[in-house]
Amino acid sequence: MDNLDQILQQARAAFAATDSAAELEQVKARFLGKSGALTELLKGLGKMAPDERREAGARINQVKEQVEQALQARRDAIQQKELEKQLAQESLDVTLPGRGRGLGGLHPVTLTLERIEQLFSSIGFSVAEGPEIEDDFHNFTALNTPEDHPARSMHDTFYVEGGDLLRTHTSPIQVRYMQKHVEKFGHQERMPEIKVIAPGRVYRVDSDATHSPMFHQVEGLWVGQDVSFADLKGVVSDFLRRFFETEDLQVRFRPSFFPFTEPSAEIDVAFMSGANRGKWLEVAGCGMVHPNVLRHVNIDPTKYQGFAFGMGPDRLTMLRYGVNDLRLFFEGDLAFLKQFNN
Amino acid sequence: MKFSENWLRTFVNPPLSSDELGHALTMAGLELEELESAAPAFDKVVVAEVLSLAKHPDADRLNVCQVNVGGETLQIVCGASNVAAGFKVPCAMVGATLPGGLAIKQAKLRGVESSGMLCSAKELGLAEEAQGLLILPADATVGQSIRDYLDLDDKLFTIKLTPNRADCLSVQGVAREVAAITGASLTPLVIGEAKVSSDKTLAVKLEASEACPRYAGRVIAGVNARAQTPGWMVKRLERSGLRSISALVDVTNYVLLEMGQPLHAFDLAKIQGGITARFAKAGEEITLLNEQTVKLEADMLVIADDARPLALAGIMGGAGSAVSDATTDIFLESAFFAPAVIAGRSRRLGFGSDSSYRFERGVDFAATVTALERATQLILEICGGQPGPVCEEIAQLPKRDPVQLRVERVKRVLGIALDAATIGNLLGRLGLQYTESEGVFEIVPPGYRFDLAIEEDFIEEVARLYGYDNIPSLPPKGAMAMLPATESARRVVEVKRLLAGREYQEIVSYAFVDESWERDFAANADPVRLLNPIAAHMSVMRSTLIGGLVDTLRSNLNRKQPRVRIFEAGRCFAKAAQGFDQPNRIGGLCYGDADPEQWGAGARQVDFYDVKADVEALFQPYAPRFEAAEHPALHPGQSARVLLDGKPIGWIGALHPRWRQAYDLPSAPVLFELDLEPLLAREKPSYREVSKFQPVRRDLAIVVDEKITVQALLDAMNRSLPEFVSDLTLFDVYRGKGVDSDKKSLAFRVLLQDTRKTLTDEEVDAAVAHLVQILTTQFDAKLRT
Repeated sequence: MDNLDQILQQARAAFAATDSAAELEQVKARFLGKSGALTELLKGLGKMAPDERREAGARINQVKEQVEQALQARRDAIQQKELEKQLAQESLDVTLPGRGRGLGGLHPVTLTLERIEQLFSSIGFSVAEGPEIEDDFHNFTALNTPEDHPARSMHDTFYVEGGDLLRTHTSPIQVRYMQKHVEKFGHQERMPEIKVIAPGRVYRVDSDATHSPMFHQVEGLWVGQDVSFADLKGVVSDFLRRFFETEDLQVRFRPSFFPFTEPSAEIDVAFMSGANRGKWLEVAGCGMVHPNVLRHVNIDPTKYQGFAFGMGPDRLTMLRYGVNDLRLFFEGDLAFLKQFNN
Repeated sequence: MKFSENWLRTFVNPPLSSDELGHALTMAGLELEELESAAPAFDKVVVAEVLSLAKHPDADRLNVCQVNVGGETLQIVCGASNVAAGFKVPCAMVGATLPGGLAIKQAKLRGVESSGMLCSAKELGLAEEAQGLLILPADATVGQSIRDYLDLDDKLFTIKLTPNRADCLSVQGVAREVAAITGASLTPLVIGEAKVSSDKTLAVKLEASEACPRYAGRVIAGVNARAQTPGWMVKRLERSGLRSISALVDVTNYVLLEMGQPLHAFDLAKIQGGITARFAKAGEEITLLNEQTVKLEADMLVIADDARPLALAGIMGGAGSAVSDATTDIFLESAFFAPAVIAGRSRRLGFGSDSSYRFERGVDFAATVTALERATQLILEICGGQPGPVCEEIAQLPKRDPVQLRVERVKRVLGIALDAATIGNLLGRLGLQYTESEGVFEIVPPGYRFDLAIEEDFIEEVARLYGYDNIPSLPPKGAMAMLPATESARRVVEVKRLLAGREYQEIVSYAFVDESWERDFAANADPVRLLNPIAAHMSVMRSTLIGGLVDTLRSNLNRKQPRVRIFEAGRCFAKAAQGFDQPNRIGGLCYGDADPEQWGAGARQVDFYDVKADVEALFQPYAPRFEAAEHPALHPGQSARVLLDGKPIGWIGALHPRWRQAYDLPSAPVLFELDLEPLLAREKPSYREVSKFQPVRRDLAIVVDEKITVQALLDAMNRSLPEFVSDLTLFDVYRGKGVDSDKKSLAFRVLLQDTRKTLTDEEVDAAVAHLVQILTTQFDAKLRT
């Protein structure tokens, strides 16, 4: 039976000498295969006497088990080694840049308009829009600015062939919206409130570092039964602080004139820090909707009243992001526009 | 409106600094635009008299002057050529600091002691240029500070007036407002009636009495038109931005600034017969003071004599009847013209005047004669003369109906409860006449206020004087209601975000474009034209976004951007049967490499199919169709009309080589332009059963004629698609070895799946055979094996 120990040692040595799974399986056959050394010994048991056979069988099986263990251990080791080899081969420079396309972005004024819509929708304002080639009625007359009114020279108007014009403000949207509202709800004893903002492009004959012949405006309108000037102050002040994300913002309303509001106000803000610290900057015009405007759209000004405001999102964008030249917004310079991709 | 603060303070003098006064005006709606000093800072400059002068012994151009500065005589070396004995001039004393920082010291000039400096207007910062010393009037008081003598410690206010506040287009008007704002008392002008010493009159007739409801005038005979305008008047005019012209003109301008009433002086010798205010007749012309000759139109009001128009009423006088140095007798006019008759005319004529500016906003019709008397008084003082009686005609003046102001309404509109006493007090400060009973005020608007006609106007006055700052800011209140959140409509910004996610950068370009862009990119010979474009290259409204995209590409190429991916969303404009079509569109452009330059992928120019994938992504889950079609801007072989549900909604394609060349582009960009509306419509998703059985895949490779489009093959197969084909997609196109040159090899992936059972081989084979049969019979396709 010394032979058995020898076989065990030989198997262990043979396994250890292999370094691939295939080779190991071949070596395994020499000991455990059909004509392997141990298999042969087991075959030889039949010739033994029963007592002898039991003892020898137990011995052989014990060794066989040990050989199998050695085999398995070697298998694991080889597998582990191969895995390590594969992992080493497959390792990447993870600092190389990712592959494929990048991201673009929205125009900074779009970002501002989005924020404005978001803030106003949080207090129940919906969004409306309207045509940019407007008629005289919606742009002026319905807004209490009859022909030859001196206020018309406040807006240097672009005219198109046929007598229509490029809207000089987003206020005509306010008129169109109220007309629709009256069509829908005018028959009711109490019309639901009108709460709407109207963003869009507007046009005036003007061009320098702070004026562009085309720019943006956002009109706001809230008409109900008791919507007051104090409400106007509250809503717009709140908006401006939320928009600029600072409580350190002074907001002032000062009397002004617009044909379509009475009383009217100009809204100035002053920042407590930054490049514009302490300076009053005009950001919007507003006021209580003029009774004539309500009459023009068949709303009874003794029953309903409210406020309107118009602000310049271009200017708000400039203040928020520190842009110093309005014209940059319309020049399409990618180096400029990409600064706002966040 | 620009004026001198010191002038204003002769009417009203509140205990406020210049800055505080400016702020008070701003917060009352008279926005302070500029506050500047009448003169820069300097000190120790006095009025001096040159007593004698002698040539400098060592310098030809210098004089050694003995100068009386009041109490002492100084020796001063002076280089000015206009220095002469007996002249009074400003003298900067030793220790003075002049504008620009020049310090005056005791000095020796070429060996001669000099104890000060005689100054020009430029050296004192009073003028841009100066020829020699500033010569002062002979009656100037020697020794007096020049700042006091010339009233240099004055501030110039420029206020930006809104069109409704014509009443503040005069110093007296601003003073009235300051009194109301601050509560300081107002010292009005005292204007008496001139003592009539001539019986010369002119007949005045109002033919257009609605346009000119009040006309007053008087003859002043024997005036000295060459008289010198007094210094104080010149100074006030200058500080309001008006140049001194002649005494008579200066007086009319002065009263215009002082009282806001435009006046006009005619040379009486040039008037034939009487004065008529009438509308112009056909064919009439007038040459105006600005030397422009105007063909008069029927709606233009003129002041005419018996022969011809003398003046364009309220706008400008005529050259033919203007006063000159030779004038001896004048007819002085003070009238009220209805704002509507003046408004718009100067815009039509292309020029305006201080007069038309005021008349079109409204001039106080109650002060017509008072202003005439004021001007008479000043003319008599300066030019002498014998005034005749006032000739005046009055018709129906603007109505000033009483307006009701309800305390309750003030509260409702402003959102703050002000009691009757407070409101009454504020109205009183404005000088308004009112009665009040049981919370209702009845107010008669004064003649100088054209902006007070309804209750809201007075609510604004109350709010303005109460102070907008003192009205609370209330948080929004009201019934809460959720806004709809529509799943069936996307917001535009979501579409924009999608493009941004595919590396497009949003641009905003002008909606007015060069006419050639419309011709080139839209074959549009009849674009919507602007009547008054700001520049020739912005003269028509775009009907396509392509021009702006290509132009933006060009400007970025100039800035050395190698790769450009941009989009814009905005309206386009076209003439329609009635009015204009103004659809919202979204357009994009890609230029340069398909991907940013990188290590892990080869460089490849962006092509039609890259951009097509972007367009398809915008529509997902809907599949638009693309049909080959020609577009003026696009390469005829690389352009497609985009259709959704059979409706054309846009275009995609590479820029036409012609435009690539004409617009100087190194390679062709690929563009798309789509109507925005169809991109926004979404259908709410609805569930369909998901199959539990594995799909079977079969690939179908065929060779067909090059001309046959993939769409045609797909359409034919889709028309009779076996019901359990769940997906049919082209996945490979091959041309080259093994395929004839006019043919192409296409491979389709067919997925077959049933929701109820596993498909049998027979079913799968039959389905595939069916598709093969369609392709072979209809398109002569050969199956590749």
